[in-house]
Amino acid sequence: MAVVTVGNEDDVQEGQPFRVEVEGTPIAIFLAQGELYAIGDTCTHEEFSLADGEMVDDYTVECALHGARFDIRTGRALSLPATGTAGSYPVWVEDGVIKVEVEE
Amino acid sequence: MAEAQASRPPVVVVGGGIAGASAAETLRREGFDGRIVVVGDERALPYERPPLSKEFLLGAIPEAKVFLRAAEEYGAQDIELRTGTRATRLDVAQRRVELAGGESIAYDRLLLATGSEPVRLHVPGADLPGIRYLRTLDDARALAAEIASARASGGRVVVVGAGFIGAEVAADCRMLGLDVTLIEALPVPMLRALGAEMGGVFAELHRAHGVDLRLGEGVAAFRGAGRVEEVVTTSGARLGCAFAVVGVGVRPATEWLRDAGLTLENGVVVDCFCATTAPGVFAAGDVARWPYMMADATEPEMVRLEHWDNALRQAEVAARNMLGQQTPFAPTPYFWSDQYDWKAQYVGYARTWERVVVRGRPEDGAFIAFYLTGGRICAALAVNHVRELVPLKKLIGAALDPARLADAGEDLRGLSRQR
Repeated sequence: MAVVTVGNEDDVQEGQPFRVEVEGTPIAIFLAQGELYAIGDTCTHEEFSLADGEMVDDYTVECALHGARFDIRTGRALSLPATGTAGSYPVWVEDGVIKVEVEE
Repeated sequence: MAEAQASRPPVVVVGGGIAGASAAETLRREGFDGRIVVVGDERALPYERPPLSKEFLLGAIPEAKVFLRAAEEYGAQDIELRTGTRATRLDVAQRRVELAGGESIAYDRLLLATGSEPVRLHVPGADLPGIRYLRTLDDARALAAEIASARASGGRVVVVGAGFIGAEVAADCRMLGLDVTLIEALPVPMLRALGAEMGGVFAELHRAHGVDLRLGEGVAAFRGAGRVEEVVTTSGARLGCAFAVVGVGVRPATEWLRDAGLTLENGVVVDCFCATTAPGVFAAGDVARWPYMMADATEPEMVRLEHWDNALRQAEVAARNMLGQQTPFAPTPYFWSDQYDWKAQYVGYARTWERVVVRGRPEDGAFIAFYLTGGRICAALAVNHVRELVPLKKLIGAALDPARLADAGEDLRGLSRQR
């Protein structure tokens, strides 16, 4: 496991995810209802950044390219055309910075 | 109660495309635990149609990648998929769908998702071998084989119709090294969707890539000995070809519904909940004609869209409403088209507009065109701006100063938050 600092607490706002790369893995960080969530940033349908997608409700991001939806709490695909999970990562704030834990 | 549930007829979905698959999966995701039967006339499992005229023809993806899921994944969701099964008649009084071969199945609720089918040309020689249409996976396989053989022999293709399918196929064939003649009856490609100005931009794109683009031209006849060898145009030009592709539009697949008693007007007319006038019968996707309400508009407009994204979303809403919800279908329409290195994305809907405001320069290969009516943005066409689709969607319906829209220095995300 590797714990990596990916930004400052105020880098992420509700409804405006941001993308980071951790150990070569793109990860999208979300703030929803005051909680942070981190899922794999790459849509599992076709390669596109979910951080460029649209929050269609509190916990659902829709890929801008072809409309696949994912649960930002689990990374689970919620609609076609995606069928695979985007994966999720532990994320938290520590001393004002955002930390993400990934497998090495 | 459980017994009553068990004896109830299934929810039947007619159509095995993206709308049908999306509806079936949504029913399950929403907790419906009764039987779901999906009837599709194609033999193939549900697949994605958009790549057929793009990555698939280019050979950029393996065929396996077009399928939405493996067969066993439908079984795992307890969705009964009946491929290769054509519905031939609907009886709304008896609540039954008749299938080719004489079988009929009862439904509790029914989704019509039969999509659309290509308009066929009826000119002399139109039934010669080597004249291809592109709608299904089988069509795409046959077209890919024609392309491969023309590449080997150095032949030319004549593409008839410069709508999205024709323009994409022409681009694919050019990228694969074929000589391409693209003929279009209207003054520019994709005129109805994009208008004269942006259609003209795409005309230049195709010419710059070496397409022999002939506008204001139709087909008078196909000629050949046992196979198409020549396309004769309405102006009398004779264009030799190894094969021809026809893309002159689609019509809703409603023939099987002709005596069902539904309201059919260029598609199955539905209300904002995707419901037809018959009890328990809904429609979604290319086959449905529905009331579109632009953001901030006051009057809906009846539309029928032939886009993948629309089929996916409308089927989800229809499925929820089939389970008793009352969710209005109120999307921001979206479609995309890949031609050469241009990734075009279009959001909103506009049949007419008052002016087009362009941000960036088409000659630079990245720009956005805003279609304005009454001071509001009714649609936008973005080329090679894929990361800005979300703010663009949010701008549909907004009234913003055209000078600011045209100013590439103005951040679109910032503008979209101001509306």
